Amino acid sequence: MMKAIIPCRKAITDTLLNQGRLNKEIFVVTSDARGSVTLEEFAKELPEQFVEVGIAEQNAVGIGAGLALCGKNVFVCGPASFYSARSLEQIKVDVAYSQTNVKIIGVSGGLSYGALGATHHSLHDIAVMRTFPGLNVYLPSDRFQAAWLTRHLCNLDESAYVRVGRNAVPDIYDENDNFVPGKAKILRRGTDVAIIASGETVYHALQASILLKKEKISSSVIDMHTLKPIDKEAIIAAAQSTKCMITVEEHSVFGGLGAAVAEITAQHCPTRLKILGIPDENVVHGTSPEVFAYYGLNEQGICKHVIDLLSK
Amino acid sequence: MINQLKELEKIATEVRQTLLLNIVRAGAGHTGGSLSSVDILVALYFHAMKIDPEHPEWEERDRFILSKGHSVESYHAVLHKRGFFNQELLDSYGQFNSLLAGHPTRKVPGIEVNSGALGHGLSVGVGMALAAKRSRAAYTTYVLTGDGEHGEGSLMEAATAAGHYKLDKLVSIVDRNGLQISGHTEDIMAIENLEAKYRACGWSVKECNGNQMQSLIETLQAIPFEPAKPSLIIAHTTKGKGVSFMEDRANWHHKVPSEAELKQAMKELKQV
Repeated sequence: MMKAIIPCRKAITDTLLNQGRLNKEIFVVTSDARGSVTLEEFAKELPEQFVEVGIAEQNAVGIGAGLALCGKNVFVCGPASFYSARSLEQIKVDVAYSQTNVKIIGVSGGLSYGALGATHHSLHDIAVMRTFPGLNVYLPSDRFQAAWLTRHLCNLDESAYVRVGRNAVPDIYDENDNFVPGKAKILRRGTDVAIIASGETVYHALQASILLKKEKISSSVIDMHTLKPIDKEAIIAAAQSTKCMITVEEHSVFGGLGAAVAEITAQHCPTRLKILGIPDENVVHGTSPEVFAYYGLNEQGICKHVIDLLSK
Repeated sequence: MINQLKELEKIATEVRQTLLLNIVRAGAGHTGGSLSSVDILVALYFHAMKIDPEHPEWEERDRFILSKGHSVESYHAVLHKRGFFNQELLDSYGQFNSLLAGHPTRKVPGIEVNSGALGHGLSVGVGMALAAKRSRAAYTTYVLTGDGEHGEGSLMEAATAAGHYKLDKLVSIVDRNGLQISGHTEDIMAIENLEAKYRACGWSVKECNGNQMQSLIETLQAIPFEPAKPSLIIAHTTKGKGVSFMEDRANWHHKVPSEAELKQAMKELKQV
């Protein structure tokens, strides 16, 4: 694992620029967020494929749907907090229900804007997005996966929601790694516990797994980059090859990765499951790493919860 | 394209009869707003718009979005009359698993986008018009909004963007019947001055009688009203137009006529 250099959002926009040069039907829409998304180069080099709507997320999604209905492959990009709430009805109706070729790229998702408070957090987005029929949901865990996912979406007519964080996360993969949408990436195989993570928590899960090995606890680590459609087979296989499972997510404990995993295990392979995420409370004030630590979403927290789970 | 006013008026009357029959058969529908919008839809689909019912996805077609999606009964009746789909499909309205839902969906030939939640259509229309502008395509995008719908702030987001991008191939028509479900628009939450609002966003605005074919046709022929500006038509209409006891009554927003009321309505429409 290498030091964090390039945030996932930059990997996405670099890929969009490369793909946009080749395919003039690729359009990017944003809402006064070209800086936070890192779209300045795209806007400058491909102005005819770039649409600025000002601070108006509802309009951005509606316009994106209109562009898509006229043959464009549209990426609507901006903070996950606003797109998953302010423009939720547009995503529900104009994107998912109307089955338009629009990808919502929610950047600075989850707790990325930690100290800015709940207005800027998106801890509900996975719960709502995965209930919209036909809307696929992705949380890439590093820049290589984010770039792969963007290339994949540039060649696909589908409605999707993608959430990435703000800061660079350590590399988990390299340019030679291959991914399949809807198929989880098994990073480590163990027999005591399966740790399932998505997005930024995948790195923490991996670190926890290394710490657990020192405690003689054998753990699987699963990168669930596609939340919907979720990899049912991988979840069942993990449940059957371990004593218990723990899900780790930068999201409310309601309706997110943990819930999605529980929906599978409860129906197909009952196992002990701990859902680690943000509890039903207003999030404590702090930076993203501080908040991660407070709720036990970092490696130490994950280890502690795994040990608790195994001791029961 | 039909240029004879009498013929267009005859079609509008037939559409009114069809939509009432459909609402009664289904036992549900938005009667008042469907009736107010009939003449606008007929003027668009039988006169103004460049379309080919045999090829609903023809790339150069003009686009239409029914932002006030609840007026779907008039929309379905007009699309059927124009030849986008057959009588069998029209008659299935209200039946289980019919392709025709209580609001527009793209499954129906000729319908561009699903609608029904208010305040969405103009943004989608801006996207379509922007796609045309960037691709140097010649088609015009028409959006029909409701006046009560103007309570949704998202419409002003869309209006602002349309003016900003100088979308002169975007036409929005307001079905200004003055009523929404709870009463008069100006009593519920005043939307005036609509003309000033749109002008402030960079639109060119004209008013017309939205239930009079000649007035509608003359206004549609004047599009674009000004170069480099989107066009807004404030079409003054009467909710429930064509049936005396439904006209200008808020309670006919989504009331379904009884058999006796239907009979009376059909009789009145036959006299037109």
